Amino acid sequence: MTEKTVRVGFSGDSKELKINPPDTSPPAWDLDSKLAVVGTNVPRVDGPDKVTGRAKYTYDINLPGMLYGRILRSPHAAAIVKSVDTAAAMKMPGVKALVFAFDESKIGEKKLRYAGDEILAIAADSPERADDAVRAVKIEYDPQPFVVDLDDAMKADAPIVNDGKSNVRGKNPRGDAAAVDAKLAGSSKKIEATFRTQVQTHSALETHGLVVAPDGDGIKVWASTQGVFSVRDGLSSNLGLKAEQVRVISTFVGGGFGAKFGPGVEGVLCTKLARQANAPVKLMLTRKEEHLAVGNRPNSLQKVKLGADSTGKLTAISATTFGTGGVGGGAGCTIPAIYNLNRDATYKAESDVFTNAGSSAAMRAPGHPQGIFAMEQSMDMLAYELGLDPLEFRMLNDDNPVRRAQFNLGAKEIGWPNRPKVAGGGKADGPLKRGMGVAGTLWYAGGGKDAKADVEIGKGGEVTVYQGAQDIGTGFKTVLAILVAEELGLKPEDITVRAADSRFPYGPGSGGSTTTPTVAPAVHAAAYAAKRKLFEALATTWQVKPDDISAKDGKVFVASDPSKSLPFKKACAALTADKVTGSADREANYDGYRGNTAGCQFAEVEVDTETGVVRVLRVVAVQDAGRIINKLCSESQISGGVIQGLSYALFEDRIMDKSAGKMVNANFMEYKIAGPKDCPEIKSIVLDVANGRNSVGAMGLGEAPVIPTAAAIANAIYNAIGVRIFELPMTPDKIIAALARKEGAKTA
Amino acid sequence: MSDSSDDGARPKSGVSRRGFLKGVGLGSVAIPAAGLLGGSVVLAEEAPPKPSGPKVFTGEIPIKLRINGKDHDLKVEPRTTLLNALRDRLDLTGSKLVCDRGTCGACSVIMDGLLVTSCMVLAIDAQGKEITTIEGLASGDKLDPIQAAFIEFDALQCGFCTPGLIMATKSLLKTNPHPTREEMQDALSGNICRCGTYDHIFAAIEKVAGGARG
Repeated sequence: MTEKTVRVGFSGDSKELKINPPDTSPPAWDLDSKLAVVGTNVPRVDGPDKVTGRAKYTYDINLPGMLYGRILRSPHAAAIVKSVDTAAAMKMPGVKALVFAFDESKIGEKKLRYAGDEILAIAADSPERADDAVRAVKIEYDPQPFVVDLDDAMKADAPIVNDGKSNVRGKNPRGDAAAVDAKLAGSSKKIEATFRTQVQTHSALETHGLVVAPDGDGIKVWASTQGVFSVRDGLSSNLGLKAEQVRVISTFVGGGFGAKFGPGVEGVLCTKLARQANAPVKLMLTRKEEHLAVGNRPNSLQKVKLGADSTGKLTAISATTFGTGGVGGGAGCTIPAIYNLNRDATYKAESDVFTNAGSSAAMRAPGHPQGIFAMEQSMDMLAYELGLDPLEFRMLNDDNPVRRAQFNLGAKEIGWPNRPKVAGGGKADGPLKRGMGVAGTLWYAGGGKDAKADVEIGKGGEVTVYQGAQDIGTGFKTVLAILVAEELGLKPEDITVRAADSRFPYGPGSGGSTTTPTVAPAVHAAAYAAKRKLFEALATTWQVKPDDISAKDGKVFVASDPSKSLPFKKACAALTADKVTGSADREANYDGYRGNTAGCQFAEVEVDTETGVVRVLRVVAVQDAGRIINKLCSESQISGGVIQGLSYALFEDRIMDKSAGKMVNANFMEYKIAGPKDCPEIKSIVLDVANGRNSVGAMGLGEAPVIPTAAAIANAIYNAIGVRIFELPMTPDKIIAALARKEGAKTA
Repeated sequence: MSDSSDDGARPKSGVSRRGFLKGVGLGSVAIPAAGLLGGSVVLAEEAPPKPSGPKVFTGEIPIKLRINGKDHDLKVEPRTTLLNALRDRLDLTGSKLVCDRGTCGACSVIMDGLLVTSCMVLAIDAQGKEITTIEGLASGDKLDPIQAAFIEFDALQCGFCTPGLIMATKSLLKTNPHPTREEMQDALSGNICRCGTYDHIFAAIEKVAGGARG
């Protein structure tokens, strides 16, 4: 190792950093690096496949003799399975296999815990016949008491969903409640409020599912997944196979958003069906199953207290939260440490509440949109209490130079000074009133060590990058091509990308916004290693040292000797072998510029005070993701996060019938997702920060842009109509009711 | 195949799959363990089911479909949707099955010049019609200008909604070559993109239309 110095940060704030990379590492890209491809607008490498319908997603895999699987699920929120008669189903035409989702010997005592819980699965020779067969199964149920509502489940006499005496698990207190309360009591201004957010389903357009084909003594699997390797490991351990006996391919994935890790119950059932029938089986969930059974963002009930001194500096925060992840946990709300509040000024307690509903799963920035909805509205409330501009109040309490720069950029872009200075005091166009709001955010994604990569250079100049991780729509495959092209002085279209296959070098699951920051340095290093091998071969031919050779603009050359220059393809002819391969492992992170990324969003809304309809007119989203690899796809990630955040803010809601214990809107007609007409004008601004935590400087981007949107819209609604909405989704009924309460308070 | 169920099933007016199902009489179908699994419904005769289980129609009939200028002979059950016929029988998998009830547009195809959601059309009703799917837009390696613009403006992320949105755009630009932003939003309002690519799609359409009007 040799100590090196790099300059990290961004135009508004930079510093020098000493790093100690292994000698085999490529020179780290820092703030001063002049890069040719990285950071430009590069169209997705798989764009042509996706726009022509050629792209084969898991759902699109058709194999000879393939069967279709369908799962039979509980119609009851809670019930004992008394008996199961599968005789008629097995006699149905085309039925080839049937497997139970639980130990068959437990029939008579097996408890189903939510409407949608898996009972068994059947494979038949057409999807229609699989549906028929599932309907022909006769089951006797003994319905049990259940509870699907958060508040009901917290009551002392509520039916117990899982084990134990109570449905409430927690409260995991952090901080000193008494000390924080004392600080709040001593604050010159404080607010106290209760916020609620709804259950949101991931609703990836490609449902969960797999195609499993028996393959020698193992299986070949196509999976719609965020984790090629977690599906491999999950299935191999479940079936007692070696990892190499399970090959998983996920070349195209129709969205994930956090719900698609591991094989899932459906994956295990599909594999068992395939092995029983000794034939390939496709098992894709229906839209209804997707809403019920494979994950959701838990709801929340958050009680927040926030105080500030007379100068506007925050004094303390206290947050007590509850949420239900159905029969599962994971319903904590994260109130991220954006603003300057010490640990001794923070109290936080969070509890999971069990209900008879499908289990939660990680969803794009788990806990954060909920927490920020509460935190950033609380900040706004306190700003108005203090008589301060909400943006000025945030700047007073935020030392992060990146976010401060972002607040300034965003405010300029949206025209922050043009907002109504008094909430509800703006000029009205008939019943239509406009307002603006802001919210900040952060994310952590520096990536980890779990990645390897191979880059191969052929004698004919072909370059191929191999990396096993999946591209769930983020543009990851394009990132691989860009990194290799940069290092070899080529164009992204010169690089063949082979990804999303468990036979390729190990890569992480796409979670925590870590795919790019984890993989990018390994690919960079593999490309560098392959390049060194090419240079070594050329050095012999040219009688120079490998260090004298460079690759740039499609050429390989010796800078000091213009006679020694060849187009890349011709240079590769110097290789003695047919091809050379550079392989690399991901190094550990360096200290870097900052351990997290910053972001903020501004929203302008128009509220119809007669109908309660909120239209989001504009959103300005400014986001840091370390070094930006592909500006084009980064802007897509940001605007996509904004639209999903808007959808969460205004529309989406998993509605449970409390007396029937079932979801009543498990479809796309009544579970409303933002459509083209709901899309505001969006300005996505990526603030490129040379983060320096690895040789590429990349951080993650997937999750952060979805976090602050709902809070920014809520704050804009308050600015427009002078009424605060404490509950998501902010539907017209809530707006009208809040306006009516305000009118009532005035006349009373 | 059973004549009685066919008579009861055929909608008079044409292509509505829901109308078809209504014609069958949902209420008369025995669904012992159903209710949960949406989508297609067991075809049964109007008579109440016998306790031995639902009576199921199992026959396939030969049909002919004209897709992207080519005739295809295939066999389907009458309940098979055009979408499933395309995907499961002809391996034309560009059109996607997402909502299975005409609310998301991912299965959009153009049939006799009209944009339809192929999950709501029965394959038997699509006979004799000129059907264009996403696979029929490019000629060889030459992309339709809409496809090229979608790539250029990154109007796609996971890409699962993309074929449907491109077909909807194709249909829009045929009747309105220079749409305003509002007209684009109206024309695409039958499509859902979960990744949130709408603004990039508008930019792509503006490029193809040679700049937005009005």
